[in-house]
Amino acid sequence: MKSKLQALTVHEALQGLAAGDFTSVQLTEACLAQIEAVDGQIRAFLQVTAEQALAQAEAADRRRAAGETAPLLGIPLAIKDVLATRGVETTCGSRILQGFVPPYSATAVRRLEEAGMVMLGKTNTDEFAMGSSTENSGYFPTRNPWDPERVPGGSSGGSAAAVAAQEALAALGTDTGGSVRQPASLCGVVGLKPSYGRVSRYGLVAYASSLDQIGTLTRDVEDAALLLNVIAGHDPLDSTSMPAPVPDYTAALTGDIRGLRIGLPAEYFVEGMQPAVEAAVRAAVEELARLGAEIVPIHLPNTDKALPVYYLVAPAEASANLARYDGVRFGFSAGAESMLENFRQTRGQGFGPEVKRRIMLGTYALSAGYYDAYYLKAQQVRTLIKRDFEEAFQQVDVIAGPVSPTTAFRIGEKVENPIEMYLSDIFTISVNLAGICGISVPCGFDEQGLPIGLQLIGPYLGEERILRVAHAYQQATDWHTRRPALAAL
Amino acid sequence: MSVQLTETEVRHVAELAKLRLSDEEVAAFTHQLSAILDYAAQIQEVDTSAVPPTPYVLPLTNVMRDDEPAPGLDNAEALANAPDHDDGYFRVRAFFDE
Repeated sequence: MKSKLQALTVHEALQGLAAGDFTSVQLTEACLAQIEAVDGQIRAFLQVTAEQALAQAEAADRRRAAGETAPLLGIPLAIKDVLATRGVETTCGSRILQGFVPPYSATAVRRLEEAGMVMLGKTNTDEFAMGSSTENSGYFPTRNPWDPERVPGGSSGGSAAAVAAQEALAALGTDTGGSVRQPASLCGVVGLKPSYGRVSRYGLVAYASSLDQIGTLTRDVEDAALLLNVIAGHDPLDSTSMPAPVPDYTAALTGDIRGLRIGLPAEYFVEGMQPAVEAAVRAAVEELARLGAEIVPIHLPNTDKALPVYYLVAPAEASANLARYDGVRFGFSAGAESMLENFRQTRGQGFGPEVKRRIMLGTYALSAGYYDAYYLKAQQVRTLIKRDFEEAFQQVDVIAGPVSPTTAFRIGEKVENPIEMYLSDIFTISVNLAGICGISVPCGFDEQGLPIGLQLIGPYLGEERILRVAHAYQQATDWHTRRPALAAL
Repeated sequence: MSVQLTETEVRHVAELAKLRLSDEEVAAFTHQLSAILDYAAQIQEVDTSAVPPTPYVLPLTNVMRDDEPAPGLDNAEALANAPDHDDGYFRVRAFFDE
């Protein structure tokens, strides 16, 4: 048993709880103490629900003492603040939802609760999950535990930082264009984005509905499989959730990838990417070859069109989804004299700059005279991106590449240049446009000691394949066991 | 193709989206949205003749269910987050004065 309970993985903690080595209350107290010690600087949490967490931990201990079992009984987790939590303020990192207390919980959250989760609190995010650095939070930026002068990535930066800084054993995030995988890569943890529809979006506050998907941030691949086991599956409350059977994802973790064909897309190694990232990812691919996988050079020719397609499709969907913030039924209201003026002022004051930018972009792309040239055209090119993957998966089982072209950048470095910021997601966005699955696993560090992620991409509902490869890689390497020193804190 | 929005166009889009923007925001968005749209315009080079659009990726069509009544939020729950309410209703400002 490790001396620091908050440093355990979920599967280690489950073993310790089952063996009676410690209680859920002790485990939860260790996480809360770590939050107390480091979150003043990291700022991963928008809200810590300490009292409720300890009550849930006590209940979990009682259930365990009574002989009950559940997949995550007594495990302390953090939840990204774009997921509705009944009775617990949910802001989406936005001032427009300050004080909003949902009357119901997201299905993914409810399933974790039914599986025995202890919820530690709600984690920081770029406002409405729009961003790649968590600097767009309407409250404060989160800092990278490996270097507090740098961003943790985004938009699930709070969840990634909380797991990396040992404040929570694992966390839920959401991924619309890379928002689980990119912060996982920048914080040195494992980030899984399941296929579109694999996890119910009910209670996930909508950003771009055809792309949004709930995912996990964990310390290793086994934990990702354990959490996916709980949250995956059809939900009658989300008609876009897939009515496909849910396998036991831990059964896919055989450690054996001999004979598996892994595609290496030429388009994922581009000029301008950080040399240390390319070197680490290529070394990781060599490791996969050493483990018996066959490496196959492939092409995804429309990769460079993914970013422009995304920045038409996602804002268009966002502009429609965010029309509901009208200052009437919930959230901030400016209190202007007329109804229309109240709409304008509520939205003008309640939304931050990036959200307004995307609403404007989407409204323009959908407006009269521009629909065919922008929105429809983007949907057609999206088809080509999806076909690229379908053709690639005729030849290979899994695709490997980088997660992000750089390691964690400095706070403030890209805020004035939206396109520069958007480029952080060039290797992750295609996966969302195609609706398939991807995972980020730690595969090295740059010369400044900042983590680098390897991305493994699978076909639709191919989670078992990417989990198996990622797990085999972790069996052979120890990058995922490195933790930030947090010495400067 | 070079995209250059005018401030008038940006103000028009802001009105469509019901967003009150400051003059500084209009100026900044005129510049930034032009740059983003100019960048996005590279998809115009792609030949998409006979390519159908992909608005969503699910291999599902017409998800149906029986129309069965079930309890929803009660009145107090539905109003709990309202900025203003009265007698069980959301209270709004007069709509037709403009």
